[in-house]
Amino acid sequence: MPKKNFTSGNPTTKSDFFVEFVPANSGGINIDIQSKTKVLHLSKLESTSQKSLTDLKIKHGKLSVFDNGGQYFVLQARIEAVIKAAHPGTINESLPLFNKHVHYKSARDRFRRSRLYLPGNQAKLMLNAGIHKPDAVILDLEDSVTPSEKDAARLIVRNALMTLDFFGAERMVRINQGKLGLKDLEAIVPHNVHLILVPKVENAKQLKAVDDKIQNIRKDCGRKEPVYLMPILESAKGILNSLEIAKASKNNVAIAIGLEDYTADIGVQRTNQGRESLFARSQVVNAARSAGIQAIDTVFSDVGDDEGLRSSVQEAKELGFDGKGCIHPRQIRPIHEEFAPTISEIEKAKKVVLAFDEAETKGLGVVSLGSKMIDPPVVKRALHTVELAISTKLLNKNWKKN
Amino acid sequence: MGQKLKLIKNKAGRMVPTIVNGVKSIPFKGIGKHSPNGVKAAPPIRTCQDFPSSGDKVVSSLKEALDKCNIKNGMTISNHHHFRNGDLVMNQVFDILAKMGKKKLRWFPSASFPCHEPMIKHMENGVISHIEGSMNGPLGKYASDGKMNGLAVLRSHGGRWQSVQDGEVHIDVAVIAAPTADPFGNCTGDRGPSACGLLGFGLVDSLYADKVIVVTDNLVDFPCIPWQIQGNNVDYVVVMDKIGDPDKIVSGTTLLTKSPDRLYIAELTAKFVQAAGIMKAGFSFQSGAGGTALAFAIYLKEMMIEAGIKARFIRGGSTKYLVEMLEEGLTDYILDGQTFDLEGVRSMRENSGHVNTSPFTSYNWHGKGNFASMLDAVVLGATEVDINFNANVVTHSDGQMLHGIGGWQNCLSSKCTILPIPSFRNRIPIIVDEVTTLVGPGELIDVIVTERGIAINPRREDLIKATKRSGLPLRRIEEIKGEVDDLVGAPLDKPIFSDEVVGVVKWVDGTVLDSIFKVNR
Repeated sequence: MPKKNFTSGNPTTKSDFFVEFVPANSGGINIDIQSKTKVLHLSKLESTSQKSLTDLKIKHGKLSVFDNGGQYFVLQARIEAVIKAAHPGTINESLPLFNKHVHYKSARDRFRRSRLYLPGNQAKLMLNAGIHKPDAVILDLEDSVTPSEKDAARLIVRNALMTLDFFGAERMVRINQGKLGLKDLEAIVPHNVHLILVPKVENAKQLKAVDDKIQNIRKDCGRKEPVYLMPILESAKGILNSLEIAKASKNNVAIAIGLEDYTADIGVQRTNQGRESLFARSQVVNAARSAGIQAIDTVFSDVGDDEGLRSSVQEAKELGFDGKGCIHPRQIRPIHEEFAPTISEIEKAKKVVLAFDEAETKGLGVVSLGSKMIDPPVVKRALHTVELAISTKLLNKNWKKN
Repeated sequence: MGQKLKLIKNKAGRMVPTIVNGVKSIPFKGIGKHSPNGVKAAPPIRTCQDFPSSGDKVVSSLKEALDKCNIKNGMTISNHHHFRNGDLVMNQVFDILAKMGKKKLRWFPSASFPCHEPMIKHMENGVISHIEGSMNGPLGKYASDGKMNGLAVLRSHGGRWQSVQDGEVHIDVAVIAAPTADPFGNCTGDRGPSACGLLGFGLVDSLYADKVIVVTDNLVDFPCIPWQIQGNNVDYVVVMDKIGDPDKIVSGTTLLTKSPDRLYIAELTAKFVQAAGIMKAGFSFQSGAGGTALAFAIYLKEMMIEAGIKARFIRGGSTKYLVEMLEEGLTDYILDGQTFDLEGVRSMRENSGHVNTSPFTSYNWHGKGNFASMLDAVVLGATEVDINFNANVVTHSDGQMLHGIGGWQNCLSSKCTILPIPSFRNRIPIIVDEVTTLVGPGELIDVIVTERGIAINPRREDLIKATKRSGLPLRRIEEIKGEVDDLVGAPLDKPIFSDEVVGVVKWVDGTVLDSIFKVNR
């Protein structure tokens, strides 16, 4: 029988590994390591490779590791990927050590102004992503990962969630559609993810299927923390069903719109003015509001166009969106700045909040400002504005005392 | 060859030889502890009547000039490195000397570059015994592997000048590539097809060498104005078709880093300079030409405009970004040690506020003061920093010697020395327990800025106090190290060094700060 080799990665990709495995029935384990940094890393490369094979209960075969300076959790993931390709029955995992300090909680109503997309198979982009302080990182398993890298990316993302500190950013994972997505969930849900983005959702049933799967996995692995959901609507059908989708699960915290696919679906060109998507965007905002969750706008894909980004965020804010996707760290700051409330918005919000406080203290059922009665949604909005102003340092957190 | 030498422990706790390439050397005594006395070295007396009264010193070829210098085996040949990787002269010089059958020459460049790789063949055939000067790239690797016949002696730009004045290095023949020169030997770097800006690194050579050859591809009638090097110190002038490759001498445009992490580090550095109160009216700073340093200057510029603050002077390496600051009135002067791009060259030529300087004015140990200590802040790089703030610029963590010191050591005497560096590069941590090679003592390094936070040297209580409420991410260096160690998989292996010394690092005062050992593979 000719020996077959199984590979993961690309030999020329920097800050990564290329791993090759040739299974055998006898002869023990043979590990070959090629690295330019052997002087510093050889022991660790050997011990990590050996540990992975032991975790996966592999007793025979030849493992070749070409090191281009990747992270060790990537090496583990790529070894697991080739072993699972060679031995599809393997159920064991090779998990990195869980760094407890990278664990922190999320919350339903937290800010989700910026969410930074990071391709799931490119760990090097993940390492410092949290430093740029996005509200969320999205480790993407869907469109930014080629089919041949899907299996490795799933494991790299799982390991990254366990290993990397994203410095307070919400940890989101965008899974694939359909069956592949369910497989993604099995790997991801037990391991330190906050939120799952579900792509191309067109009806409530699809979302429920994902939610049910997550609840089953949670039960199996004993995960107590909730897993939040953010469905992405990317088709005419999805937009028209946005309300049922937004209300489909109590774990939904936001719905997002994806305009590349949506404009293709309705057969128009995506323009900077965005007239073609005005209906869809407004629909998403209204569905989100009526379900009591956040509305998140699409990504702005021209990384070099700072002004274009800013006006796109202003427009998103005017339409009622709470956040915007980004594909480069440099987009984070403009997004936060543009979502920040204006001075007059802050002043108005402060008055409402003070009136609300007064009503609370006096035990009044109705909040009023001067002769005007203030409705509860206005109060909620004002509280949000004040919180946003404090987080963007436009308002001192002790403003009530001053 | 790497050499097994008797080593003693110096004041920095590093093992160093007391004899370097046959010359008695003084182990590092501590910062500011070495004050030699006596008389500086001087060139031999020369008399004007021995030179053409017409002022025409042009000879027919480089070979003729070298012939006339009466070079003997074992002599020292020097040059400046203003042509960087575009130098077309020095390989020819040693090819000619090889043909002339010369042996055991010491090459004393202010720095060497990958274009000088052919020198390896001259070291292998014995024409060059060894190189004393910054080695970048293949020559560094060659020396690191212990293949060079003598020890690599790594000096700062100021230290090179000091070594000549102390008589530690006697230059027999200096070859000065000059973008524009006249037949008398007056020359300048600010114009001509191979313009490099200035010639400051070659100034000491012109003053102290026994023989001085000026090589140009742009001969103008006397007088060459301005003259950066005086013809009165020059013996021969050689005209060649092409002395440099302009694209490799200066870059057409200097590229800013695009890395979001590096940009963030640059921005943090600028914010630190502001928060610490350094950025005030009439202040001064120096930052290099690396991507992060350039970005720092741009962030600082924006802050200066916003705060309505103007600097008195900026020290170059100049780039178009510094030139813009000069032209927009954000500084009165650029005091320039080298120009990195065409805009820098143009500005030096056209703007009287853009002044050419030399290691003597800027860095010299035996001067009556120098500019470096007057700077309010310098922004520098490093290959490694340890938890005691000691830093390394010449070797990597794997022990390979790959870079020169440049003006780096000299700059450490500024009022605030800041190293903006990524906390890891390609899974190699930059913050370590102990530097592989000590090039900068920690007591002179004040601030480390990484993408994971800013660490202030605990000795600088003033800076800690000034920035305490700045909102900047101030952290202990150990804390940053711990975080990065997790990320890179530490503890890692360490290189295993042999007991063979392949090079030494000199401190700015001429004492020996550290040794570089051969790595056992």
